[in-house]
Amino acid sequence: METPHLLVHSPKDNVGVVVIEGLEAGTDMLCVITENDTTFRLKAEADAPIGHKIALADLQPGDTAIKYGEDIGKIVAPVGKGGYVHTHNLKTKRW
Amino acid sequence: MSTTSNSGITGWRRENGRVGVRNHVVILPLDDISNAACEAVGNNIKGTLAIPHAYGRLQFGEDLDLHFRTLIGTGSNPNVAAVVVIGIEPSWTGRVVDGIAKTGKPVAGFSIEQNGDINTIAAASRQAKDFVQWASEQPRTACDMSDLWVSTKCGESDTTTGLASCPTVGNMYDKLIPKGIYGVFGETSEITGGEHLARERAASPEIAEKWYAMWKSYQEDVIEAHKTDDLSDSQPTKGNIEGGLTTIEEKALGNLEKIGHTSRFIDALQPAETPARGPGLYYMDSSSAAAECVTLMAAGGYVVHTFPTGQGNVIGNPIVPVIKITGNPRTVRTMSEHVDLDVSGILRREMTIDQAGDALIDMIVRTANGRLTAAEALGHREFSMTKLYRSA
Repeated sequence: METPHLLVHSPKDNVGVVVIEGLEAGTDMLCVITENDTTFRLKAEADAPIGHKIALADLQPGDTAIKYGEDIGKIVAPVGKGGYVHTHNLKTKRW
Repeated sequence: MSTTSNSGITGWRRENGRVGVRNHVVILPLDDISNAACEAVGNNIKGTLAIPHAYGRLQFGEDLDLHFRTLIGTGSNPNVAAVVVIGIEPSWTGRVVDGIAKTGKPVAGFSIEQNGDINTIAAASRQAKDFVQWASEQPRTACDMSDLWVSTKCGESDTTTGLASCPTVGNMYDKLIPKGIYGVFGETSEITGGEHLARERAASPEIAEKWYAMWKSYQEDVIEAHKTDDLSDSQPTKGNIEGGLTTIEEKALGNLEKIGHTSRFIDALQPAETPARGPGLYYMDSSSAAAECVTLMAAGGYVVHTFPTGQGNVIGNPIVPVIKITGNPRTVRTMSEHVDLDVSGILRREMTIDQAGDALIDMIVRTANGRLTAAEALGHREFSMTKLYRSA
């Protein structure tokens, strides 16, 4: 069985987690949704370390990032599908 | 894959019926200025363990109550066979001794004023020697899994904890809570973003409201009252962010994976409070700082701690074995000496959460039966008391 590059908690999510070390831009990623064990493929548009997030759709400022099927914060800078999501474009809605 | 999950464990059944999995003789300071005497006794008498800490003078009100509850709870923990308490004066020292004595275990107090360190150390050392020789002859006996009190708190989390190590703990609770163990989770600030989910997991509307008031108070009286920014330097921590976690909401959702899917919490405990509603899952109001939280849970009476980590928190505790579980293959590679259970196979889809839960139960049984955890072997004995406000 091919090892996945990206794991996604819920089919509702718009971000996934890199689970291999040294992901490079251009990789044709095998993505697995853990909740229902379905797979899809997505091209990585950025390098990303293990544990960091990749957008599953084009996201705009004001959009809500969804992970575990739940709100994890607001998008504050545009990020394209396959792009890198972290503190530069995602902020908490709390505190 | 589990071979031992249904079998018993061995441990020490204490005078009050509780089961411990370690047999420590503790030298416990009432206050910061008695640390030196306690450490001298711990050095004199082999096999004893001094637990120095930073507080105990001029505290008052709720903060003083928590100080006593933490010290008495630590001494009362069934992983402790006997206790020597040393304080600067006899009154507060006696209060800790009397609290621990309610368990029926051997405990003695010594105070320094009008005696000096040297005479106190001599007298306390003689008592500690008697205790440790007595404790060394107490045998392990056969006990049941249901005698275990297993706590959880994660640290230096990353996105792999939410995918792998926290759900592993959740699976363990789904399997062991129905067998009659006591569980506990906490980390009040770190539920933020998942409070609607946590509230739904209370066993009754009454407990849900009690829990929500606790969470809201932490938000208003601690975070909102003292914050200078959005806490993005502290919660998530720098290590969390390095590991890929971006917001408190994301961290909270991963954190909550630790309580599994089937158990409901039957009470919301004050810090270091001993559960009193029988077997089941509990919540304890606590900081999300690892050593503080584990210290409070140990003082509540928990005897084994399960600690998921992503980036590699190295914490241990003086009296409770802390089992480290990680799903991050980089942490397994770079910090293997700190890892008790590697569940990184979950990320590769080579291991299921169910298999990982069974592997954790096996590790809990082995640890209860005497296997030293990585933190114990490496000498991690972090004892960090929670202080609610400045002393008088």
